[in-house]
Amino acid sequence: MAKLVPTPSQTVGPYFSMGLTWLNTVDLAKDATAGERITITGRVLDADGAPIPDAMLEVWQADAHGRYAHAEDTQDKPRDAGFKGFGRIATNKDGTFRFVTVKPGAVPGPGNSLQAPHIVVALFMRGMLRHLYTRIYFADEATANAADPVLSLIEEPARRATLVAQRANGAAEYRWDIVMQGANETVFFDC
Amino acid sequence: MDVVGYRRITPGTQPEYLHPAYASSVKRAPGKKLVLMPHTLGEVTGPVFGHDRVGPDDNDLTKGHDGPPIGERIIVGGRVLDGDGRPVPRTLVELWQCNATGRYRHDNDQHDAPLDPNFTGAGRTITDDEGRYTFTTIKPGAYPWPNHYNAWRPQHLHFSLFGPSFMTRLVTQMYFPGDPLMPLDPIFNCVTDAAARERMICSFDIETTVPVFALGYRFDIVLRGRDATPMEA
Repeated sequence: MAKLVPTPSQTVGPYFSMGLTWLNTVDLAKDATAGERITITGRVLDADGAPIPDAMLEVWQADAHGRYAHAEDTQDKPRDAGFKGFGRIATNKDGTFRFVTVKPGAVPGPGNSLQAPHIVVALFMRGMLRHLYTRIYFADEATANAADPVLSLIEEPARRATLVAQRANGAAEYRWDIVMQGANETVFFDC
Repeated sequence: MDVVGYRRITPGTQPEYLHPAYASSVKRAPGKKLVLMPHTLGEVTGPVFGHDRVGPDDNDLTKGHDGPPIGERIIVGGRVLDGDGRPVPRTLVELWQCNATGRYRHDNDQHDAPLDPNFTGAGRTITDDEGRYTFTTIKPGAYPWPNHYNAWRPQHLHFSLFGPSFMTRLVTQMYFPGDPLMPLDPIFNCVTDAAARERMICSFDIETTVPVFALGYRFDIVLRGRDATPMEA
């Protein structure tokens, strides 16, 4: 069959909230959801370090067992039926964002590898013509992170740290910023 | 676990992140090269939204108010297709737009054009088993924006689609045929491949047109295609 060229991406523009807010999900976990409840907070910052108030994150993750709520996840693992694993989170006027979820389990990687617990992130904003993909890993998973097949693709080890959310004050709260440019620029993936 | 990944983007058919003609991209585009990665289970899966999330009139933007909105009523419909031309059934399509005067119902839109009390400008639907969708709305106006001197956005609708995986996610804009503002618009022209750019322009369609009611426009949307075989580890 002939291959079709995909429709090009365009920016969400400044007014996406009017069309997309209805699906905002900042608390992904239900009362019955298994796993450790965690809160992830951070800021989205531009090239000058200025907060970006008109950005949106979409997050996608496995449940605490490491299983995705999707037909193509055929792993022989229990699945948390009430957990959808999707969130849509807009940044606030000060560029901050916050969402609550459960810490995902480890999931398979290419071949026989295992990926460290992580959340896949799609980032949208005014000024961005095509969304970017990045990932959130967890600082308290140092051993798994060191063996993660995707983190290992990042040539400069120092840059891997941009994807690792730091656990704050021992609480179940992680801090993770998205930096668009500069020395601490977040790693974005060509995927 | 090896998965069947999605095809890589052909250069020129999608925008680059840094597109200086679009001034807002300059400080918001990544400065470093993106890190190439294979698709894993988390990329080839994605959220699924059922019909329970969408109401029966959610695809009719002319309803839900005390009266009909001002403007030229139109039907916009088409099919959502994968990269091999197969329909994408039961997938969420979201739409938002300004009103007929070129004003968005949003606090940050200060364009000196009237809001319409009978128009909000947001809708959503789920494609049917053949990948078809339809919206009833009004034709959006053109409006000025501060990107450069005398900058005007062509008339457009914003579309958001999911498709079967997180890799098929697409946010785009639909333009109208013959709009004289298109050649001047840095957002439309961010795509260098002319054939890909044309994909963003709907076509007038007499089949979609409803007699004595509204002109119809056809807008087929193509999502990213998939590889034939699993990716090598």
